[in-house]
Amino acid sequence: MSTTKTRDLARPAPAKASPAKPRRGLRGSPTFNFWLFTGPFLIGLAIFVYAPIVWSIWLSFFEARFTVTPDKFIGFENYTYMLTNDDFVGSLVTFTVFAAFIVPTTWALSLSLALLVNRLRFMRAFFRSVFFLPTACSYVAAALIWKMSIFSGVRFGLMNTVLAWFGIDNIAWLVDPNPPWYWLVIVTARLWLQSGFYMILFLAALQNIPGELYEAAAIDGAKPGWQTFRYITLPQLRATSTAVILLLLIAAYQAFDEFFNLLSKTTWGRPPLVELYYKALGESQDYGAGSAGAVILTVLICAVTLLQGKFMGFGRGDESK
Amino acid sequence: MSALSNSNWSRRSLFRAAAGMAAAGSLAACGGNNGRSGGAGSGVDLTQYFHAYGEAGTEQAIKKYAKAYDKADVTTQWITSADFESKLFATLLTKNAPDLFEFHPQIQMVKSGQVADLTDIIDPVKSDFNPADIKSHTVDGKIYGVRMIDDPQFFFYRKSMLEKAKVEVPTTLDELMEAAAKLTTGKVKGLYMGDDLHSVINPMIWSAGADTLDEKNQIAYHTPGVIEGIKKMRKLFTSGHLLLGAPTASWDPSSLNQGLCAIQFCGMWAMPGIQKALGDDWGVFPFPKTIDSGKQSVYNGGWSMFVNAKGKNVDAAKEYVKWLWIDQKEYQEDWATSYGFHIPPRTSIAQSATKLKSGNAAEGVRLFNEFGHFDNIGWTQAMITALEDVFANSVRKDMDPEAALDKADAAVERELKKLFG
Repeated sequence: MSTTKTRDLARPAPAKASPAKPRRGLRGSPTFNFWLFTGPFLIGLAIFVYAPIVWSIWLSFFEARFTVTPDKFIGFENYTYMLTNDDFVGSLVTFTVFAAFIVPTTWALSLSLALLVNRLRFMRAFFRSVFFLPTACSYVAAALIWKMSIFSGVRFGLMNTVLAWFGIDNIAWLVDPNPPWYWLVIVTARLWLQSGFYMILFLAALQNIPGELYEAAAIDGAKPGWQTFRYITLPQLRATSTAVILLLLIAAYQAFDEFFNLLSKTTWGRPPLVELYYKALGESQDYGAGSAGAVILTVLICAVTLLQGKFMGFGRGDESK
Repeated sequence: MSALSNSNWSRRSLFRAAAGMAAAGSLAACGGNNGRSGGAGSGVDLTQYFHAYGEAGTEQAIKKYAKAYDKADVTTQWITSADFESKLFATLLTKNAPDLFEFHPQIQMVKSGQVADLTDIIDPVKSDFNPADIKSHTVDGKIYGVRMIDDPQFFFYRKSMLEKAKVEVPTTLDELMEAAAKLTTGKVKGLYMGDDLHSVINPMIWSAGADTLDEKNQIAYHTPGVIEGIKKMRKLFTSGHLLLGAPTASWDPSSLNQGLCAIQFCGMWAMPGIQKALGDDWGVFPFPKTIDSGKQSVYNGGWSMFVNAKGKNVDAAKEYVKWLWIDQKEYQEDWATSYGFHIPPRTSIAQSATKLKSGNAAEGVRLFNEFGHFDNIGWTQAMITALEDVFANSVRKDMDPEAALDKADAAVERELKKLFG
């Protein structure tokens, strides 16, 4: 007898109430399990993220020098101080210049690398790894290599050695702000550090483009090269490009390590986080002013993100298109 | 075995594992790998912070002194120089703050109750300390720190290079600029004062006949002489005769020792290292006169030991400070002269320190006595930063010195108002 047939014909047994008591505890209650697994993260989030944010907002209304438990309320004085501080406002300009440099160059370089690696027929994994490896390097370590070895201002610095072959005198890359060679140092360091990561994102996106599109285009007479890149590859990478640009902008906002280590104690080339560190936290210990600056920066980032979302169409469903 | 019982077994084993880990953690805490330097196990634990001195043997020396103390277990944290101030200040706000730490006298630490009054332990030997050191640690008649070392800072030069270029030792800033030009060759720059020039800010002000603050704690640096000095420094910075972008900071004598420059601004601590590298081919001179009516100057920096007033063991920490930095003269001399050279702030030790009685070390002591300026406890970190910004903006970035000083005035006045009302 075919057991299969029997099974097909068999009616399901009527449901019976289990004689055993409902299971409780670890496996019995979905609510308990939810809190068990999310609880530690929520506690961590509350302690290490939300509490400091609330504390920072509270501190920003106090005279909080050399203490984080102040008692002298001063209203918006810290905000007025930070908003009228040329250096803080200047740091926002620095960020804008940095973002204007680093976002398009990283986008272009990582896309170019991805296109090159994607075309390779052999040793693709090797080159993918080679370009990705700098991502694992610490920003501090890279900054020190750039400062001490490649862009050292003395005659045995790598770049100065190369310049000497052409009879060009030593350049103090990071010391003299006129001309602002320090941007070359900062941008190349960050390009080296992050292009590999974005290359991987573009590689994944490139491999998701259906080959039929290129075949159809070829049949229609599209020339390989720039034409297919312009009309097929680039539009197909739109979603990835948008994400990459967003991630690059966020990373630019968070810039600290390489600026701090390459340009120690200058008044130029300070992005907002470095400016806040020097002016309000760090050695000056003015936690009130520092917190006010942090709140201003947070509001600004939120505003920019919302505007960017509106501009780039984030959050719109297909039906609204 | 039922699923339920299996689950019970898992939970039990989980608890067992947790208990085991807790026990292992407790045992590990009792072990020797906790950074303690030894001691008699008196039950009192003290932590002290030091910035990382560059001279070989200094960390071992501090640990040796701590180990010799039998009334407390003293741990030393040796913090990279660049991170020292920020780490110290941040930690002082927490429960992990050190019981003792080295720093420079600054009034805001007194006003905010961060440092303990040490008058009672210093008073009996007050007359044996350099009076300027006592003054620089005193607020309203109370002494808030014990000076460990005095560090005069001046220019070091290569005698042979100056002789070859037929350059005399400069006594004015103009002569220094001319010397830097004559000493600059294809491979050697005439002068090195650090990339940021911060170490020469105060000497330049003093050499212009001005000061940071006056006796009434009012701005004293904003003078025509200082403005003239800043303009000269700008000229020097753009002359091409300054070493810029050197691999080591100006506190490290490597640039002079390796022949990257002919003259370098540095501190007396570097003398043993320079002697070892250059033999007798070197000398020292003070920061030259910025303007004709000015006077040569030497910055007498140094480090002092403070007790964290909010620490758990204030009395024990004070006792340790008294033992090491007041009673143990042998260790004090060892600390001042066995590694880098420093001047002991205790007159009796300074007079008996044989290593400071001859050659360039004796000349350094003479410059210290004749041209020295000490820390002003009212000159705080925020004010220091304000003048550093003046140098960054005017000397390195070509901002009008008057405008840069006006900007600094606003920052310093804000600070003064907060400190003195």
